[in-house]
Amino acid sequence: MLTCEKLELTQGAFHLSADVRFAKQAITAVIGPSGAGKSTLLLAIAGFFAAQSGDVLLDDDSFMSAAPGKRPVSMLFQDNNLFPHLSIFENVGLGLRSRGRLDAAERGTVMAVLIRVGLKDMADRKPAALSGGQQSRVALARLLLADRPVVLLDEPFAALGPSLKEEMLDLMQEMLVQDAGATVLMVTHDPADARRIADHVAWVADGVVHAPQPTAAIFADPPSGLRGYLGKMG
Amino acid sequence: MAHSAVTINPTKPGGVAVGLVLVLTLGTLGAVAWRADWGRGLGAADWAAVTFTVTQALVSAGLSCLLAIPVARALARRRFWGRSVLVTLLGAPFLLPVIVAVLGLLAVFGRNGILNDALGALGLPEVSIYGFHGVVLAHVFFNLPLVTRLILQGWLSIPAERFRLAASLDTPVGRMLEWPMLRTVLPPAFLIVSLICLTSFAVALTLGGGPRATTVELAIYQALRFDFDLGRAAMLALIQFGLCLIAATLAWRMTAVDGLGTGLDRSVDRWDGSRWGDGVIIALAATFLLMPLIMVIVRGVPGLFELPIDIWRAALRSVIVAAISAALCIGLTLALALRGGWIVGLVGVLPLAASSLVVGTGLFLLVYPFANPAKLALVVTALVNAVLALPFALRSVAPTVDKITSDYARLSAILDMSPWVWTTRVVLPRLRRPLGFASGLAAALSMGDLGVIALFAGDAQETLPLAMYRLMGAYRMDAAAGAALVLLVLSFALFWICDRGGRVDADL
Repeated sequence: MLTCEKLELTQGAFHLSADVRFAKQAITAVIGPSGAGKSTLLLAIAGFFAAQSGDVLLDDDSFMSAAPGKRPVSMLFQDNNLFPHLSIFENVGLGLRSRGRLDAAERGTVMAVLIRVGLKDMADRKPAALSGGQQSRVALARLLLADRPVVLLDEPFAALGPSLKEEMLDLMQEMLVQDAGATVLMVTHDPADARRIADHVAWVADGVVHAPQPTAAIFADPPSGLRGYLGKMG
Repeated sequence: MAHSAVTINPTKPGGVAVGLVLVLTLGTLGAVAWRADWGRGLGAADWAAVTFTVTQALVSAGLSCLLAIPVARALARRRFWGRSVLVTLLGAPFLLPVIVAVLGLLAVFGRNGILNDALGALGLPEVSIYGFHGVVLAHVFFNLPLVTRLILQGWLSIPAERFRLAASLDTPVGRMLEWPMLRTVLPPAFLIVSLICLTSFAVALTLGGGPRATTVELAIYQALRFDFDLGRAAMLALIQFGLCLIAATLAWRMTAVDGLGTGLDRSVDRWDGSRWGDGVIIALAATFLLMPLIMVIVRGVPGLFELPIDIWRAALRSVIVAAISAALCIGLTLALALRGGWIVGLVGVLPLAASSLVVGTGLFLLVYPFANPAKLALVVTALVNAVLALPFALRSVAPTVDKITSDYARLSAILDMSPWVWTTRVVLPRLRRPLGFASGLAAALSMGDLGVIALFAGDAQETLPLAMYRLMGAYRMDAAAGAALVLLVLSFALFWICDRGGRVDADL
């Protein structure tokens, strides 16, 4: 269980309260109007946004005081998820070892993951030589190697076309959740993303992160705010 | 606090760098203030030096700005073969060793120069390049290109649509578009050029002199080297610092302008002005800027065969000093850029207000009781030039460091990179271009330095510019011309190698 306990996030006039639990080894979609604080919630869990008060715990262990790199958390941002000057192999290798050189066994592990995501021939290329979908697979490969229990996705596939995005979402669900057992929080502004792969949906609006509901249930009978949001989306 | 800052940048080296810069600027100033001898007050000669320094700086800056306006306008609205080469060449005087330019100017405007040859053939009296107008001429030669680039940038920043609109409305472009632009670009340009002219020791050393054309810096040099009057040198250094501080404060408050910027490769379509008029202006400006350089080459080639062996030793010394100075400058720049914050902003500006003669005098006063200053001449030259080049290097590097940090610090933090890995595997590879440019700049500036070295060096520590100056002083003009060519080639080669090194394979 990933728990936000009486978390209070404030910046200027912006305020967000989160007192919620996210199911383990499942995908929770975080949806809400822009500016509601979806990204801020993820940044706070990752350690990039200092909460005014409250706690974040994984299985009753608080990691609130840990630095971002020491938390049981991986994150993909909206952009700049790969280093353009490093090869695909080096980018993925950073998931395994980010302080020093890889040894022979680790290099084999990196290669195995590249094969798994279908990029074995791309190992020596730079990200710029890859398509958007392939770049997303590189980021996925790094998440798999980092093997942290919580994965935060801040709309990393927003720039992909619809079919590529669906393909990536399916791949995430299969490899990260079903195979690796990660707990995934996924920000999205597209309800179709949530319907496709999310087990639960957390509605963020009016300064509050609402408790996640099962996906089918929340779309069958949306709370009033969500109903308006969905209506506007068409 | 809301956002927790991502503290992945190492900050300790930055602290050391801040300390070093403060010691070399404010510390040397302290030494100067402590030793300054005000007992005799300011004599008539001192007042004359202050007046001359300020007057020549203001006149040089005014002329540079005034002449740059038509040149920049002509370049902004005309397309012609060789335009981009000419615009690139406008950046060259910044790297050009002062003493080389002076020799080139002498070859054109000097007693045996081509101008006086032509005047003599026509039976007209000859002109002299020494004194006030010589100093101003050299300063205009150096700063006209700089101001032209600044104004050109302003001109090209006016959107093309506005010129189209003005043309369709038949409104005078000057009052509508150009005057407002000039009003924002010219004042800071004027102040920056004034500041440069306040601290250009080498020009005053070679073309000035005598009771009517001595700058404060030249007076410092004479007090230290000829009279060994430390108290008076220190007092003059304090005055010089005051002058620079006023100009630097004014210039900095007028916001930053970056004359090294790129993107000047285009021209704006316009529907006014005469093609011939612009052509004549561009031709005149190009002749004024290129003739001295061409003369350095023309007279330098035969001079190469008359170079004493000492010159090659001096050249080697200069290259080594330039390399060390550039490495130091880059180290300082990197440490400061990674640290960031207001104190780094301050430290990045301080050297602009510090003239090399003031810093040199301070170091001389600090070193003199313990060691023979001549023994430390090369170390001091490398160190002082590294610090003096720092503001320019920081300007080209710091924005990229900020961009890298804002793009990748979070990713690196969540990957749990150490500051060392972050610096070596993320920052350095992504900084190659500006680092290459900045190190080239620092190397070329140090290579051509004829400031602090003149205060410290004996015969055994001669650098190439100093050796060249001594050849000129001994009227061995052929050998001096050869040395000038060597210095010119070495300065630009150092810059080119460094800048190139940053570009090759930099696939970002």
